Amino acid sequence: MALDDKHEADGRVFKVVGTRPVRPDGIDKVTGRARFGADMSMPGMLVGWVLRSPHAHARIRSIDTSKAEALPGVKAVVTRKDFTAESDDVLDNCMAGAKALYDGHAVAAVAAVSAKVAKQALKLIAVDYEVLPHVTDVDEAMKLDAPVLHKDKTDETVPAGMSKNVIQRFEYGHGDVEAGFAEADEIVSRSFKTAATHQGYIEPHACVASMGPDGQADLWVCTQGHYMVRNVCAPMLGMDIGKLRVTASEIGGGFGGKTTVFLEPVALMLSRKSGRPVKMVMTREDVLRATGPTASTSIDVKIGMKKDGTITAGWAEMRYQGGAYPGSPVQFGAMAAFAPYNLKHVKTIGWDVVTNRPKQAAYRAPGAPMGAYVVESVIDELCGNLGLDRLSVRLKNASTEGAKASYGPRFGKIGLTATLEAAKAHPHYSAPLGPSQGRGISCGFWFNFGGDTSVSLSVNNDGTISLSEGNPDIGGSRASMTMMAAEELGIPYDSVRTIIADTSALGQNEVTDGSRVTFAVGLATIKAARDAITKMCSRAAKVWGIDEDAVIWEDGHAKPAGPNAGKFPPMSLAEIAAQASNTGGPIAGHHEVNAEGAGVSFATHMCDAEVDPETGAVKILRYTVFQDAGKAVHPAYVEGQFQGGAVQGIGWALNEEYIYGKDGRLQNPGFLDYRVPVASDLPMIDTVIIEVPNPGHPYGVRGVGETSIVPPLAAVANAVSAAAGVRLTELPMSPPRVLKAIDTARA
Amino acid sequence: MTQIHVSTTINGDAGEFLCEPDETLLDVLRDRLGLTGAKEGCGTGDCGACSVTVDGRLICSCLMLGAEADGREVTTIEGMANGETLHPLQRKFLEHAALQCGICTPGILVAAKALLEKNPNPTETEARYWLAGNLCRCTGYDKIIRAVMDAAHEMRGA
Amino acid sequence: MRYEAPRTLESAVALMAGEKGSAQILAGGTDLLVRMKSGFAEPDLVVDIKRIDGMHAITAEKGGWRIGAAVPGAALGEHAGVKADWPGVVEALELIGSTQVQGRATMAGNMCNASPAADSVPAMVAADAVARVVGPNGTRDVAVGDIATGPGKTSLTNGEIVESIFLPARPKHSGDAYLRFIPRTEMDIAVVGVGVSLTLDASGTCTAARVSLGAVAPTVLLDQKAAATLIGTKVDDAALAKLAAACSAACKPIDDKRGTIEFRTKVAGVLVRRAATIALQRAKG
Repeated sequence: MALDDKHEADGRVFKVVGTRPVRPDGIDKVTGRARFGADMSMPGMLVGWVLRSPHAHARIRSIDTSKAEALPGVKAVVTRKDFTAESDDVLDNCMAGAKALYDGHAVAAVAAVSAKVAKQALKLIAVDYEVLPHVTDVDEAMKLDAPVLHKDKTDETVPAGMSKNVIQRFEYGHGDVEAGFAEADEIVSRSFKTAATHQGYIEPHACVASMGPDGQADLWVCTQGHYMVRNVCAPMLGMDIGKLRVTASEIGGGFGGKTTVFLEPVALMLSRKSGRPVKMVMTREDVLRATGPTASTSIDVKIGMKKDGTITAGWAEMRYQGGAYPGSPVQFGAMAAFAPYNLKHVKTIGWDVVTNRPKQAAYRAPGAPMGAYVVESVIDELCGNLGLDRLSVRLKNASTEGAKASYGPRFGKIGLTATLEAAKAHPHYSAPLGPSQGRGISCGFWFNFGGDTSVSLSVNNDGTISLSEGNPDIGGSRASMTMMAAEELGIPYDSVRTIIADTSALGQNEVTDGSRVTFAVGLATIKAARDAITKMCSRAAKVWGIDEDAVIWEDGHAKPAGPNAGKFPPMSLAEIAAQASNTGGPIAGHHEVNAEGAGVSFATHMCDAEVDPETGAVKILRYTVFQDAGKAVHPAYVEGQFQGGAVQGIGWALNEEYIYGKDGRLQNPGFLDYRVPVASDLPMIDTVIIEVPNPGHPYGVRGVGETSIVPPLAAVANAVSAAAGVRLTELPMSPPRVLKAIDTARA
Repeated sequence: MTQIHVSTTINGDAGEFLCEPDETLLDVLRDRLGLTGAKEGCGTGDCGACSVTVDGRLICSCLMLGAEADGREVTTIEGMANGETLHPLQRKFLEHAALQCGICTPGILVAAKALLEKNPNPTETEARYWLAGNLCRCTGYDKIIRAVMDAAHEMRGA
Repeated sequence: MRYEAPRTLESAVALMAGEKGSAQILAGGTDLLVRMKSGFAEPDLVVDIKRIDGMHAITAEKGGWRIGAAVPGAALGEHAGVKADWPGVVEALELIGSTQVQGRATMAGNMCNASPAADSVPAMVAADAVARVVGPNGTRDVAVGDIATGPGKTSLTNGEIVESIFLPARPKHSGDAYLRFIPRTEMDIAVVGVGVSLTLDASGTCTAARVSLGAVAPTVLLDQKAAATLIGTKVDDAALAKLAAACSAACKPIDDKRGTIEFRTKVAGVLVRRAATIALQRAKG
């Protein structure tokens, strides 16, 4: 092995990392003590409610709030004209300006003494709408005669002569795809569609805002990033960032959907106008209609393969609609679609399109699942046509270290091959299948990110540690931070308490997204611990009267080391802590960084499905996830990410979809008809953790949260297509679609 | 609308409250009694996050009026542990990492407890169907089911 | 809104009949509270029938069973007698919603809510169940299938309340079954629902049958043509094929977010074959 293959953690015997302790917030969550967004109250609190547009597209000619304001019990009414800050898409989405752009778009809000009064007040607000034609389908929206949402948001990447609903064009790739196709023995060209889906977190958005007459405000909110909430809301309210203190509650799921704001600026404005705290909680209907689902897509893909399984060229044109504002995740989709494969000739084109639907928000590896769905489906079909083993073909073409990714950079150390080999060796792969049963395989990729991170670690007088970080815990990350701190410091897990500090306590922290927390906050935690260790060694040196350089840290103790250090018994962290005041003052370590070096994470998923050929009903029989975690700090939470992502993908593949009527209104804004998987729909989700250490993290950690949702759409689609004997090209594969495909193929 | 006076027992403690006629039991628990363990995930009985038991029956508290609780015994997640001693289900959920964000956890624990009281030896399929009304979006249900089966095993003294 | 919980049926009827505004009955609340939350129902008066004597009773009567209107699915599912005689009716009711919804939902409420996709109704219709209705003008018995007159509409007049559902005595060598199609395994509204009840003679020939279809028309259908295909047969594959074709022909479904006309029509045929097969096993064994 070359010297630069060595990872700093190689050969390290971890004492805490890799074990499965109980998470620090666990007791609160199993007893009902944990406080989520809607669990907060403040004295004098009012209740806020939002009036939403019933039209998919309408000009707002006027809003008369006078009757609402006059209703006894109403303390404030807010419309867009209360926000004097410069307009941007996020603000416009929180409170419509000139136009309502989707069914559910907020147009006004009230704060009142009770929900009953607030809802009555909403009925008294008179909005004069000029209803306009609407468009909700991505391909329809690209047509020149489609109703146009914005006249001036298209950028220069879009060629002239296209609908103004086409906002941006992306292109990635290298080589010459036509030359590549010329080399192929078999080419498959297909078109696919996927429906919009929602992250489906069980906790609706909720916050309590309290603005004082001095212009300082407190906000309690369930969010994936309270620093983001502060930074985005303060300017909207015309406030300095430092005057808004945001506290993150426990969060009941986010998956990307809570990385932006919806209610929060409105709650703050209502609080300002009423002079009282205002609590706002979304209903499930509000969540589905008016928060941020992911894009629906329409994709054409073409892949060429030689008889020996070599992929000679890959091409895709991807059309994503991200709702009423620019920013669908088509760019990520175009970058990630072919990432698992080392291709000489590859090209992806992505179009970002707007439609009269809610503004999209990130959903776990945004844009990538749809790209993997189409590419992996066609690879599956090519393997079938050429009679080749599906894992062998993927192994043959797999991206490896040094390969040029389809989106540009060269890969460093990656674990894709390891996941494929683990899949091949696993008993699932050779398990027999019965009639109407099929097996599907898919690979998947996500970039993972680092980002701004600030961590502070205080050594308490009794030798325990208080660790403050700024990233809401959506998957058990507090446990992982505690473990990494305990590991570095050489003290028991139970001696460290990790909290998520409010925005006044730490420097900037990027949102909990991009699978960044275990990587970036973990890295910062380790460095903050090392910072504290340096300081503690220095205190020990002071006590011993020796040189700082002659003190090392081992097993939770400062020890003299080196030839002239002298013989002193080791000083424990607790002993050093007890003397802190006398040796210079309180001891703390901290670290602030814009973390780089996040390692990409690859996965292979394997799914067995059974189709009822008379009804099109699909049953998932078996599912195994093989994913590279770099280093699994808390294996149970890594497994949890694998399983949760897989199941969201299963729902996306089988039954979840946004259904719009001809009137442009959402027909299924509830959990009855927005069908997420229930416990009886699923088998156990088996997991295999692969560890190819990420050189960018002291322990080798790679983010895992997002990659896990990338393969399942294709893994399930390939399994269902095999079971049904016909290729399915539209998601979700609801029973009517499956049955129709079977009957059409039979005919 | 005049408020209704209700006498009820919650987690073994007799108590009284006033509520509007159209307030749900969930609203009463959360907004009047400070028992925020039960959550509103949907308000339409589709997610189970508001699960409680009333006179021993597992129900969605969003589908019951507060007024109906008069003379009834309500148990919530807050009554599941015995002081500092966790119920085996609560312990097993922690051991098996059967929760991530934790928002569905109170409802699932109340539902699982009701299951084991009725059927101390459920199969995996029976446990899954019993819990079909409790949505979880984080875990994919795997570790939840393992925790329930393991708790059942322990509670049977097996 | 006012809430009342009368102790007698007479006072409940009086409250309902005397209400000038809109009045709704509350049993399980699994439909009413959902409609109230979404604003579809804004009753001035809610009359809770759960404190009325007898509303929770399940009583043997004339070889059959009288089930009080407030009996929730969970309680019916625990009743060995009803389960033995009418397993199809019980399984139909037990399919509604989750375990939590089962703790509250009632057959009477399911019937009066008059959704075309109500799960318990096709099974009750196949069983020839009868609703006892009490009103200001006295008591009347109404076939369950005659209660709903259209989506969300019933034949009940002002002040009338369903007091109980009567399941008749089950003839010897009879069996019933209810199947529905839903995209997931639980928690969905039926895309198609089929209830079959049949009676065999000693030689295994079908002498009587009732076939009822749900979610394929504005109200539940009693498909007499389909039932006729079984009479005089041993319910073999040939008879089942005719049964399926008859059911598909009787369907008058719509396209909606839960299913297409094509899908419902086809699956009705598939399910009736399967339900009849189960009913046959139950009749034999």
